[in-house]
Amino acid sequence: MNNDNEHKEGQEKISKEKSLNTSINYRQVFDDISSKYTSRRRITNKVVSIVAIVFVIGAIIPLGSILLEVIKNGIAVISIQFLTQPPGSIGSGSGGIGPAIQGTLITVGLASLIGAPIGILSGIYLSEYAPAGSAKGGRERAISFFANTIRLFNDVLTGLPSIVIGIVGYVTIVLAINSFSVWAGAFALSIIMIPIISRVTEETLKLVPNSLREAGYSLGISKSKITLFIVLKNAKDGVLTGVILAISRIAGETAPLIMTILGTSLFFTSLTGPVDALPLRIWRLASQPYESAHAFGWGAALVLILMILILSASLRIIARGRGIKVRTETI
Amino acid sequence: MSSSSNEEIRRYAPERSNVDDKEVLAPATKQANIKLSIRKVNAWFGKKHAVKDVSLDVKENSVTAFIGPSGCGKTTLLRCINRMHEMTPGGKSDGKVVLDGLNIYDKSSDPAIIKRRIGMVFQKPNPFPTMSIYDNVAAGLKLNGVRDKKLIHDIVEQSLVEAALWEEVKNELHMPGMGLSGGQQQRLCIARALAMQPEILLMDEPTSALDPIASSKIEELVQHLKEHLTIIIVTHNMQQAARVSEYTAFMYIGELIEYDQTKDLFKNPHKELTEKYISGRFG
Repeated sequence: MNNDNEHKEGQEKISKEKSLNTSINYRQVFDDISSKYTSRRRITNKVVSIVAIVFVIGAIIPLGSILLEVIKNGIAVISIQFLTQPPGSIGSGSGGIGPAIQGTLITVGLASLIGAPIGILSGIYLSEYAPAGSAKGGRERAISFFANTIRLFNDVLTGLPSIVIGIVGYVTIVLAINSFSVWAGAFALSIIMIPIISRVTEETLKLVPNSLREAGYSLGISKSKITLFIVLKNAKDGVLTGVILAISRIAGETAPLIMTILGTSLFFTSLTGPVDALPLRIWRLASQPYESAHAFGWGAALVLILMILILSASLRIIARGRGIKVRTETI
Repeated sequence: MSSSSNEEIRRYAPERSNVDDKEVLAPATKQANIKLSIRKVNAWFGKKHAVKDVSLDVKENSVTAFIGPSGCGKTTLLRCINRMHEMTPGGKSDGKVVLDGLNIYDKSSDPAIIKRRIGMVFQKPNPFPTMSIYDNVAAGLKLNGVRDKKLIHDIVEQSLVEAALWEEVKNELHMPGMGLSGGQQQRLCIARALAMQPEILLMDEPTSALDPIASSKIEELVQHLKEHLTIIIVTHNMQQAARVSEYTAFMYIGELIEYDQTKDLFKNPHKELTEKYISGRFG
């Protein structure tokens, strides 16, 4: 030990003398630093990687266990009858969740038809037509203020509890036509969709390089056509991701549906009448005091998860099929 | 720059002397083979005055080069010629740019139509990534409302031939434009601009992202194109300016310092600044 220390001190002295004698010996300084820190750097590197991996696993475990639990408990009840029949009498363990699947498809489909175009168009406006930053002119400043207000509202709307949106749907549509209805549900769900799609669209369009817009302008193409056929076309994957995200989010919403479509055990009759939905059905089944109802609830949950998975996977495949393989190297 | 030195610049305008604004607007312009007249053009980026009072004439069917150190305003001046500068945030300009007797900054002239008459090729090749080679060239026609498929087909082929790309891509017209090499992509962008049948082609450092072989192909192409086009090229590369252009304008910090026939400007510059720059003593 002592010997070692002495040895080190001696070496340090030598290196000090060296660095004093020959202006600065950079090589020596570098060697000193690296020998001192190399082992510490390696250990730090290992520790950080291990911590990162542990946290990733920690994030996956709850997700995986939920999926496993749902599959384990739900797979047994799934049959053609379960998927197509209306629910049987309470506690009988017969029937299925046909109306709920149908209702979810109709309500979410209608909400997407309302919400996606509005969300995409508002994102296009924010990215392409509203001047960014602080504009000088009076009109430009007004537009910029307007755009910033929309952005703020988008953020607030994204964070709004969905039950509140349900109440809005109840007050504006259910009370107006005096009936729980698909329209009211689709309206409430589309309000949840719009800020998500708008934000994602805006961010994606901003990533499209300006050189493409300029190329379009240099050919004398109008701004609207450049936006639609060049900018939006290039950003279509990102925009589609936003739409999928929004659809997945609303497909699982329960609270706004209680206030708007109510839920029923009958098949769809009209857009102005109540309809069932998977999240509502799961909630109803889970609150019944029967084992058979709980099993059906697990099955319905599995169906809902699979529907969202299939939807997003198929949309992605469609998008990829039409996309283009891009070679990135410049020369 | 004072007005007296502007006079001096005019002395070096191609084959003409002391032209005033009235004369520029008269039909006499055509006789003198002047395709484009720039008069007292100023341009700003926000508060930065990027182009200061530049006046020059561009001869028809010739190649005119803008040279100068980085930030001298040559690209901005080029972008003023097809009204592209005003599309940049904070971009502002005034002055006259007269194309065949028409001031493109007149209230009555449509920026989109100006851009169809004055094509542009950019510094970095920028083909539309979602489009095939064919669609890249056809994009300008299709998106401007041309429906006649036969016509589009003919123009696409002709433009690719003119851009010296036809032989290389004729069997893969439906492959993505981004799959081509950098030099091919740039020639694709030239073909895309040519498809609009422009009268003037603006080239903004078209070879700065390319290797020497691809660059020399573009330079060769420029020589062919000037037979039926007027070309203005911005370049950092003085050898390139000397090789491809008939007229050269030297700019420095937003001002036009000297404008002359290329061979005279390089052999026998009148201004000290020009001489210093072309001999490599700054820039």
